[in-house]
Amino acid sequence: MTDNSCILRIENLCKSFGNTKVLCGISFTVNKGETKAFIGPSGTGKSTLLRCINQITVPDSGSVFLDGEEVTRSGTRINYFRQKMGMVFQNFNLFDHLTVQKNVEIALLKVRGMTPAEAKEKALFELRRVGLEDKADCYPAELSGGQAQRVSIARALAMDPDVMLFDEPTSALDPELTREVLEVIRMLARQGMTMLIVTHEMRFALSVANEVIFMENGTIAERGTPGDILNNPGYDRMKKFIGKIEEYR
Amino acid sequence: MDQVSFLTQVIAPAFASGLVMTLALIAVAAPFGFLLGCAVSVGRAYGSAPVRLLSRGFVIFFKGCPLLLLLFILYFGMPSVGVTLSPFVAAVIGFICCNAAYNSEYIRGAIHAIKDGQMTAAEALGMSKWQAVRWIILPQALRKAFPGITNEFIYLIKYSSLAYMITIIELTGAAKIIATKYFEYNETFLCVGIVYLALVTITTVAAHLIEKKYAVPVGQSAAGATA
Repeated sequence: MTDNSCILRIENLCKSFGNTKVLCGISFTVNKGETKAFIGPSGTGKSTLLRCINQITVPDSGSVFLDGEEVTRSGTRINYFRQKMGMVFQNFNLFDHLTVQKNVEIALLKVRGMTPAEAKEKALFELRRVGLEDKADCYPAELSGGQAQRVSIARALAMDPDVMLFDEPTSALDPELTREVLEVIRMLARQGMTMLIVTHEMRFALSVANEVIFMENGTIAERGTPGDILNNPGYDRMKKFIGKIEEYR
Repeated sequence: MDQVSFLTQVIAPAFASGLVMTLALIAVAAPFGFLLGCAVSVGRAYGSAPVRLLSRGFVIFFKGCPLLLLLFILYFGMPSVGVTLSPFVAAVIGFICCNAAYNSEYIRGAIHAIKDGQMTAAEALGMSKWQAVRWIILPQALRKAFPGITNEFIYLIKYSSLAYMITIIELTGAAKIIATKYFEYNETFLCVGIVYLALVTITTVAAHLIEKKYAVPVGQSAAGATA
């Protein structure tokens, strides 16, 4: 892939909480249409990394560039950049007081300034995309975990993001519900969506990602394409970690 | 004068005008007390350091200051610093501040009960903090705080009688005048008690209907996912 298709550039990102260094100089680039999976032990900064990218957590130092524009230190323009980076959370974080359709509509109305008719059309389109148009009038508490996560994906997609950030999207789900969410993410990958996915689903990571990044102690310890990792020697720490996780499956 | 004509010719007309005044006090104080309560609670939860300090000071002062004393200061005390308020304005200001101070505490508690993820998700969609508070946080917090806000409204109905102490002839004031004039304390105050009971009952029923109308399903799967 050529340099000019680079959509997201992370440079030397550092973040500490108190005396704990969570991110120690993370750098990488993401090309348009690429899917990167982040794996590694708990507490190694994978989620913090995603949150630093859209500045939900403000990094101590380092830079994030989206499509060539600096996201870090962008002041109030951060709200514009955040629209361009859809985020999906472990706990879904659907707005509990709004129906499924309104969950998807609210940012279109209040942030994008769409008319109610436009917002409704867009919301129903995105809900169709994740197969939940029939749940439009339900409240979040009336959904299964898998449905809730698919709605939250639709909510993020509705903003027409350049990049999707998935923060352990299936960690709160049982295997069956995990499957339906992963299917949606797989579909997005096929449709050419650029995605960063923090996950503990190793098989999924290896099957959907263009590159798997193994993080340890706030740094990128190893990285490679799934083909390389599976077929070539090396990647010892990553393989050991994957082996440990898969052992109990 | 017999009991029936006392009721119809003396109590009824006096109470009618007293009730109008009581309702006028409530009608002005309640909405502004509610809005100011929202503002103060949001200021305390999300404001900058000076705003937080200011809102906190507001709550401490108006929760700590006895309402009657506050009304005396507003009505009898303010002219000495050059501010003369009509009895109605003085009473309403006092009620608003008292109502807002307590309401803000109910709402603040409700705001803290909302999971952080709601604000995070709103900001991740590109909402400003203010938009997130207005469209995501407050609608949920007000549902949680609603029983408390209803209570405070009921208190307001009853403490509106303190306006009598700064010369406003509202319901209790009207009753006091009649009771003294006709020396009919039992009948008069029994009647005024019934009117307050009716007001509070109507409020309670209305609040229940509002709560039901805006109720949202809660609990189980999605909302209860791991923390």
